[in-house]
Amino acid sequence: MRIFFVALRKEILEQWRSYRLLITLVVLVVFGLFSPLTAKYTPELLKLLPNGADIANLIPAPTALEAVGQYLKNASQFGVILALLMTMGAVALEKDKGTAAVMLVKPLPRWAFLAAKFVALALTFAVSTALAGMACYYYTLLLFEALDIPHWLALNGLLLLFVLVYVALTLFCSTVTKSQVAAGGLAFGLMLALAIPGALPKIGEYLPGQLITWGAMLMAGRGEAYWPALWVSVGLIVAALGGAWLVFRNQEL
Amino acid sequence: MTTIRVEGLQKHYGAVHALDGLDLSVEPGTVFGFLGPNGAGKTTTIRILTGLVRPTAGRAWVAGEEVTANGRHLAQRIGHQPEEPAFYPWMTPREFLDHVGRVFGLAASERAARTKELLDLVGLAEAGQRRIGGFSRGMRQRLGLAQALVNRPEVLFLDEPVSALDPMGRKEVLALIERLRGQCTVFMSTHILADVERVCDSVGIIARGRMVVEARRDELIARYAVPVFEVESVNGYGERITGWVEAMRQEKWVTTVSVNENTARIVVNNVEVAQRELLASAVKMGLALTRYEMMRPSLEDVFLQLVGEGAQA
Repeated sequence: MRIFFVALRKEILEQWRSYRLLITLVVLVVFGLFSPLTAKYTPELLKLLPNGADIANLIPAPTALEAVGQYLKNASQFGVILALLMTMGAVALEKDKGTAAVMLVKPLPRWAFLAAKFVALALTFAVSTALAGMACYYYTLLLFEALDIPHWLALNGLLLLFVLVYVALTLFCSTVTKSQVAAGGLAFGLMLALAIPGALPKIGEYLPGQLITWGAMLMAGRGEAYWPALWVSVGLIVAALGGAWLVFRNQEL
Repeated sequence: MTTIRVEGLQKHYGAVHALDGLDLSVEPGTVFGFLGPNGAGKTTTIRILTGLVRPTAGRAWVAGEEVTANGRHLAQRIGHQPEEPAFYPWMTPREFLDHVGRVFGLAASERAARTKELLDLVGLAEAGQRRIGGFSRGMRQRLGLAQALVNRPEVLFLDEPVSALDPMGRKEVLALIERLRGQCTVFMSTHILADVERVCDSVGIIARGRMVVEARRDELIARYAVPVFEVESVNGYGERITGWVEAMRQEKWVTTVSVNENTARIVVNNVEVAQRELLASAVKMGLALTRYEMMRPSLEDVFLQLVGEGAQA
């Protein structure tokens, strides 16, 4: 395990020095802050438009749930985009540039090389989601009302798991290919492959997208749980990482 | 006793046979020069020996261990400098060497000492805190050598280690490689024949994925020596030297003679007779000589003989 922490240290340092952590954090925190603001002030903004007052009167009074809905929508969409952008070069770029060959000639096992990348990215998204969640909670409290904290934590946990599915899938794509553009394209294809059946009622319940619905329902006080979607998501992460390792251990550098 | 042994190594990329039954052996503590034209299989050989690439067939042993892909135990004992070493551009050389030290499990105090020592050794001490992203190719090559030495390897693989260096840098790095003789076994591929001639104890010449010849450097030069004498006279003896050359052409022990101004180049087929007769004949002709020399063939002569005039190392 010592060697894993050596690799992880480098990856975390890279997340910091290459501004990946900062970018992810800023983007998600901005959505955390702006989602309650948007929910609260959209009717006010509409009133500024010609005939806007009439339109604004048609819209029901904003609630905390709308702020949560905005946050979930924004954070999940941009979380997936960030997952693709931050991960697509993780392995492909190191193979292409030759740093993977320089490091893997040394006693650095390939599993540690891959696992450290996933864990560092997971930490980046975990920290960013945590801060975005706190920001959204605080502004929702200021503008609407206090949210139920256990449910809010659960929602953010589900959001993080949803994003990590795409981190793992993109890491797999980055391992399979030798170009980060190809990795990004392949990961985008996988994202579509999950999104399209995710819109179907029966199948969608088993796919990662349902985690977002589950989080929204928790906040709405509806008790339906979607454990299959959670296990499928965990399974996809494990399969993507395991697949990446199986491919990578036999790759020539 | 060999430190590196290769038997029947083959590597095929589709129809291309990068290695086609390569055999070689390297004695411990020596500097081995691995020569060959572009595409001969030098880098492929090094990549197989360092576990980055798997051979299609054949076996290889380094430091007594059979080479396998991702062999961690062997990785502890070797160093590798690729032809174009790549680094994390956001790191400083100090941080990179420290990271490599961590990978090798060195203690913090040892890492700090080794980092300082290696940066001094490769002449990067002053750039130790600069980001590698702004380094020149030569600086990267120096850092490439430093990172290959962090673990004090038993076997050091250097792929074109001085190709990006200026003449001063080349001299320094070659001197460093010379100092490694006896401390570790160095396996060095290069296209600069003069460098091989300067630092290598033994030489292997590879062409089309096969070893053409492998021997100690001096043995190789002696084995492929072309018996050539050069005789240079002082200015104003042009007519006499022409007359002497004509006389030489009649001798049975002379193969060919060519003249360039005051210098005659005589290729002989019997060195002993030539050594006895040549100078005496020149004196008898009344030539005033400034130089009489039995030419020592260079490694380049040998290389060109073996690989072909058109080939480049």
